[in-house]
Amino acid sequence: MPAYVGLWCVAGLLAVAVAGLVVGRRPFGWAVVYGASLLASVVGLATASWHLLVGSAPATLNLALGLPGIGASFRLDSLTAFFLIVSNLGGATASLYALGYGRHENSPLRVLPYFPAYLAGMNLVLLADDAFSFLVAWEFMSLSSWALVMANHNAPENARAGYIYLIMATLGTLTLLLAFGVLAGPEGNYAFASIRAHQPDTLAAALVLALVLLGAGSKAGLVPLHVWLPLAHPAAPSHVSALMSGVMTKIAVYGFVRIVFDLLGDPVWWSSLIVLAVAGATTVMGVLYALMQHDLKRLLAYHTVENIGIIFIGLGLSLAFRASDMGLPAALALTAALFHVFNHSIFKSLLFFGSGAVLQATGERNMEHLGGLIHRMPRTAIAFLTGCAAISALPPLNGFVSEWLTFQAILVGPELPQWGLRFMIPTIGALLALSAALAAACFVKAYGVVFLGRPRTPAAGGAQEVDQFSLTAMFFLAALCLVAGVLPGPVIDLIAPAVQDMVGARMSPQAFLPWASIVPIAESRSSYNGLIILMFLAASGTLIAMFIHRCATRATRRGEIWDCGYPDPSPATQYTSSSFAMPIRRVFGTTVFLVREKIVMPRPGDTRAAQFHVKVVDPAWRYVYGPAARGVLRAAGVLNQLQFLTIRRYLTLVFSTLVILLLVVAAWR
Amino acid sequence: MALIVEFITDLVAQGLQMFLVLAVAPLVLGVTRKVKARLLRRIGAPVWQPYIDLWKLMHKEAVLAHNASWLYRVAPYLAFAATWVAAALVPTYATGLMFSWSADLIAIVALLATGRFALALAGMDVGTAFGGIGASREMMIASLAEPAMLLVVFSVALIAGTTQLSSIAAAFATASIGLRVSLGLAMFAFVFVAIAENARIPIDNPATHLELTMVHEAMVLEYSGRHLAVIEAAAALKLVLYFSLLACLFLPFGMATVDKSFDAQAFGVVTYLGKIFALAVLLPIGETAVAKMRVFRYPIFLGGAFAAGALAVFLLFVSRGF
Repeated sequence: MPAYVGLWCVAGLLAVAVAGLVVGRRPFGWAVVYGASLLASVVGLATASWHLLVGSAPATLNLALGLPGIGASFRLDSLTAFFLIVSNLGGATASLYALGYGRHENSPLRVLPYFPAYLAGMNLVLLADDAFSFLVAWEFMSLSSWALVMANHNAPENARAGYIYLIMATLGTLTLLLAFGVLAGPEGNYAFASIRAHQPDTLAAALVLALVLLGAGSKAGLVPLHVWLPLAHPAAPSHVSALMSGVMTKIAVYGFVRIVFDLLGDPVWWSSLIVLAVAGATTVMGVLYALMQHDLKRLLAYHTVENIGIIFIGLGLSLAFRASDMGLPAALALTAALFHVFNHSIFKSLLFFGSGAVLQATGERNMEHLGGLIHRMPRTAIAFLTGCAAISALPPLNGFVSEWLTFQAILVGPELPQWGLRFMIPTIGALLALSAALAAACFVKAYGVVFLGRPRTPAAGGAQEVDQFSLTAMFFLAALCLVAGVLPGPVIDLIAPAVQDMVGARMSPQAFLPWASIVPIAESRSSYNGLIILMFLAASGTLIAMFIHRCATRATRRGEIWDCGYPDPSPATQYTSSSFAMPIRRVFGTTVFLVREKIVMPRPGDTRAAQFHVKVVDPAWRYVYGPAARGVLRAAGVLNQLQFLTIRRYLTLVFSTLVILLLVVAAWR
Repeated sequence: MALIVEFITDLVAQGLQMFLVLAVAPLVLGVTRKVKARLLRRIGAPVWQPYIDLWKLMHKEAVLAHNASWLYRVAPYLAFAATWVAAALVPTYATGLMFSWSADLIAIVALLATGRFALALAGMDVGTAFGGIGASREMMIASLAEPAMLLVVFSVALIAGTTQLSSIAAAFATASIGLRVSLGLAMFAFVFVAIAENARIPIDNPATHLELTMVHEAMVLEYSGRHLAVIEAAAALKLVLYFSLLACLFLPFGMATVDKSFDAQAFGVVTYLGKIFALAVLLPIGETAVAKMRVFRYPIFLGGAFAAGALAVFLLFVSRGF
């Protein structure tokens, strides 16, 4: 029954997409499209939550669509239901936000039809139960999001972003296609049920893992496949950016979990080593790169890379424990990863909504042109601050809980028998600790430069608070950040059925522990209680405030800025985003990003302005994509000669190819 | 009935520890200043001067810049609350704190990060170069010190088999942990982190003003009056918190662990105060022996702490025996 409802939601969204074509230019067209999308997402959310809460059995459904003889099968199990919650929560809040934000769209026909189609594509990926419909849905999701990235196609950087995105998406789908080919084996049965039934040999499993890491990793943004992400995510309208960063990367995580945990069968221990190595690099590179940005949306997009790294650390740990038949730690690590999936989808959507609000109010994405918005957009400022604190893993908010769970899983590491993992896991722990601290620095910078200080341009000085719909969406997500951080037990229990299905074990029920604390393994080992921490913080904060107000003088005077006695009225004397990041750039940048700083100081008497240039190079471009692009060009140059052959030579070529292939087949048999 | 009595005694013990650290914090700061002054051949202010300073600040008018937002006024209280809660979760004279299960050592580190986050944002609020430089450098130091601190947490947690600070302290005080290579490395790393986090020489100089070398003081430069009093109290509290952590992790003798009788607790209080003031004397001695570092030499200092912590954790991952 719920699978039907899920598919009806998808069908409804597709209908809305068609309707978007019709009503796009009408007045209130946006309201119709986003309102209907909101409704469909809420229904999807309710269905998925109901499925998880009731704990019903997996529901399957076979439709006579797609390839003849195979059809398209769909299935709603606990993993799908959990990710449906993530995707539909994101879809619902993005639609709500867009009810306000979307009215300012310049070319509605470039957004309105694709937005519901994109939501439908993401839901369809989650529901698919055979390789064919999975890949079709995956490609549908990629293409509709590509159309949204190209919504503002006149900007040259957007066109470039769209081009790179298209290449990376194609590559991803291609590798996933190959992965399913290997999984299906010579019988070619593409239904997930029959793939699940037979265990591939070690070589095939390794191949599938590598292909899935490429395919799902390119969509999720694993280093070095992340390069498209900070270009494409900011290019789209902000509510779509939120979906791309907050939800679509999670769909990629779903693809990885579905294939590697569910379809591939029992893992070998070194597969986790590969996943952990990639995840560790992704985490630190992502946050360091985010720190170097001065475009707010691009900073957020790079930060998604970091969070994907944290999620994959959890997944890698889970694989490691599962390979050694340690059920409970495997469940703990997977719970941590899925909890972070949930958390990141919430606060990254919130932060992208906030950046959209800033963009709408000021027309600026460049942080160096903003400042002081806390006075002009006070409500947005509160919601954005909550998101910043949550993503920086500060208690009592939700980001801390999932990182804490990951740390707890890391501390079980010494019980693993493999030496490779015993060396890898502490390294990962150190990298995770480093990235958590750097994330806090990154968001102090983002918030401090955009919302605090004095406005750096007239646009920032004249900003207005955004509409009620946008604010409602942001405050809803901010409240969720707090609730999931203070009451993590119910969230863990919501994840537990999916974890049970994937690793065959689950964390003990957490929702009804006394005082709403969470106990990952045993009470003697570790426990955390967000509620008590919040109460403690509130109590001690109130106590000290009361004491101060009772015993201290309340005399307050507004005066000039002190600044050591030399205040300068020019807002240019404030710290900027580049200057804030400078110490960290000095510490990490020269080795990691090959940062080059150049100062042009005119001679005395010369009236030209002094200049300061910073060049930051993403090593992925220099060491992976640059050589790859040059290789492709060179190969194309060589192969170009094939276009100018005579007919005799073409015939010879065709004939010899045939002979070679026949020989290969003969040798194979 | 017995249950209620136990509940109330636990609550009293918890409250007592909370207020003990708060009451003793300015005195500890006064002792470090006094010792430092004596080492520099000055007479120095009396040891209770920090109390007088706090009282004075509380009765001075608070001057806010015209463009200071609500965040600027809230941040001191938030930073203080986070530090105080973290301090309340560190066992001082007795283990088995009532609320120790609500947050473990990792959460304590994160609570301190919350306080720092609030103050760094407040430093950016008015929009001055000094506030920005302070916030930026504070976050840079934190981004190097926090991972080192978490590695120390990992190593003690791996030895004790728990991240619960009360249980770690109890394990270290009662079980025969003995001298370990990993603990030595962890302590080395911890001391470095504590110096950096409390803005002491060679990382930062709490005594300077109007110099580009200062970090923490630059960040809170705009504060005055009661807000500054709260920030100063939070800083003193943080110092005592790190002393208490050092005492309960690496010098756990004398704590009331199993025996909760009045005598054991009284002995615990006396040894705790002895340890804290011994550390308060040692810190300025160390400070006067070294010179303040250039900002961009911090990574070497804190990288050393990180390396020591990482080595400790690696050794423990190889074998629990180290």
